[in-house]
Amino acid sequence: MPSFGQNVEATIPALRRYARALTRNADIADDLVQDTLVRALRSEHLFHGGDIRSWLYTILTNLNRNRLRGLARRPILSPIEDNDAPDMAGPESGARDIERALATLVDEQRTALLLVVLEGLSYREVAEIQGVPIGTVMSRLARARSQIKSYLDGERPALRRVK
Amino acid sequence: MTADHSPVTEDELHAYVDGELPADRIDAVTAWLSTNPDAAALVTAWRAQADAIRARYGATAQEPVPQRLKVDRLLQRRRSWTALAAAASVAAFLVGGAAGWFAHGATAAPSNGIATLTMEALDAHKLYVVEVRHAVEVSGNEKPHITTWLSKRLGYRLLVPDLQDFGLKLVGGRLLPGATGAAAFYMYENAAGERFTMYCAKATTPASALHYKGEGNVAAFYWVDKDVAYVVSGPADRAKLEKITRAIYDQVEKADVRKL
Repeated sequence: MPSFGQNVEATIPALRRYARALTRNADIADDLVQDTLVRALRSEHLFHGGDIRSWLYTILTNLNRNRLRGLARRPILSPIEDNDAPDMAGPESGARDIERALATLVDEQRTALLLVVLEGLSYREVAEIQGVPIGTVMSRLARARSQIKSYLDGERPALRRVK
Repeated sequence: MTADHSPVTEDELHAYVDGELPADRIDAVTAWLSTNPDAAALVTAWRAQADAIRARYGATAQEPVPQRLKVDRLLQRRRSWTALAAAASVAAFLVGGAAGWFAHGATAAPSNGIATLTMEALDAHKLYVVEVRHAVEVSGNEKPHITTWLSKRLGYRLLVPDLQDFGLKLVGGRLLPGATGAAAFYMYENAAGERFTMYCAKATTPASALHYKGEGNVAAFYWVDKDVAYVVSGPADRAKLEKITRAIYDQVEKADVRKL
């Protein structure tokens, strides 16, 4: 049977993907993953079975929420710039559009959408991670999708014109 | 439409896209979509969003994991941190009795309050001087803003000392939690990349002499004036730190810091 550490290790690639999409910044994302791992390894005794993956997603989600709260307390907000990571397959406008669209979402809606769409978790798992009823997860998803759609429908022509 | 007349809800459309719809409703929803082009377009748009998100971020999981995120490495670091923390608390205990002083001449030994503040200031110093990207909350280019913002949060008019004479440029400031409430924290940097910080917080005693406290490769001078505690921290070069501290001390004296 794989050890606790091995189970944690196996989840790291998925955590990095989730964090990258949550923060849209490779450095901040890996910082978040590192904090998540440190916390998880320190709290092994608090883990009472169940799905390690869900538990790690929960820690990361909470840490990110705290991070955003910290940012919100700052008196001066610097706009979140698109960080075109070098891993991106060329300056394809579609990739940047979805990145910008995600940036316009409320944190809890973005979290719900990414956990379902990118991480493939069930509504029930997402409800447990976010600590809300399934109905709330579904309304977050609906709002996220509708916001992204109106952003892409409305903003894209404007951005093209700028170029 | 003849197969099922029960109305399809928007929730069901999301569940349909996410593979969460009960098997016995899939055919009904598929049929319903074939006669409702608006809803079908919505479903197509949502699927396209999901594809775009996966296309943009999916490859991250294929990247090699950086060394700093390896579990073995993190476990090792954890062990050394624990050892370090234990050593640091022993060092603090030893240094506590040996603190020096200058300026106003000897008065009482520092109270516990100021010792705590100094520890917090040194901790903040050690934590933030190594930060490259997030060393401060507000950049030094916005000095007037730092002054008004932090003065407001601390409840007394603060001074951001000018240390140009020492080749020190203001990196910026941040607000920190402290034992006695909010604390202001400024960081300065010289061309060599050496960083000095100043920490101000409400003190538990009205005034004190100037004290020195070394802790490994960092050191601090601290004093209390008009109910405000000041801790100036930097690399453990006592003579240099003393000169900088004297300059700050003089500027604070002249500025006549008062409660708002």
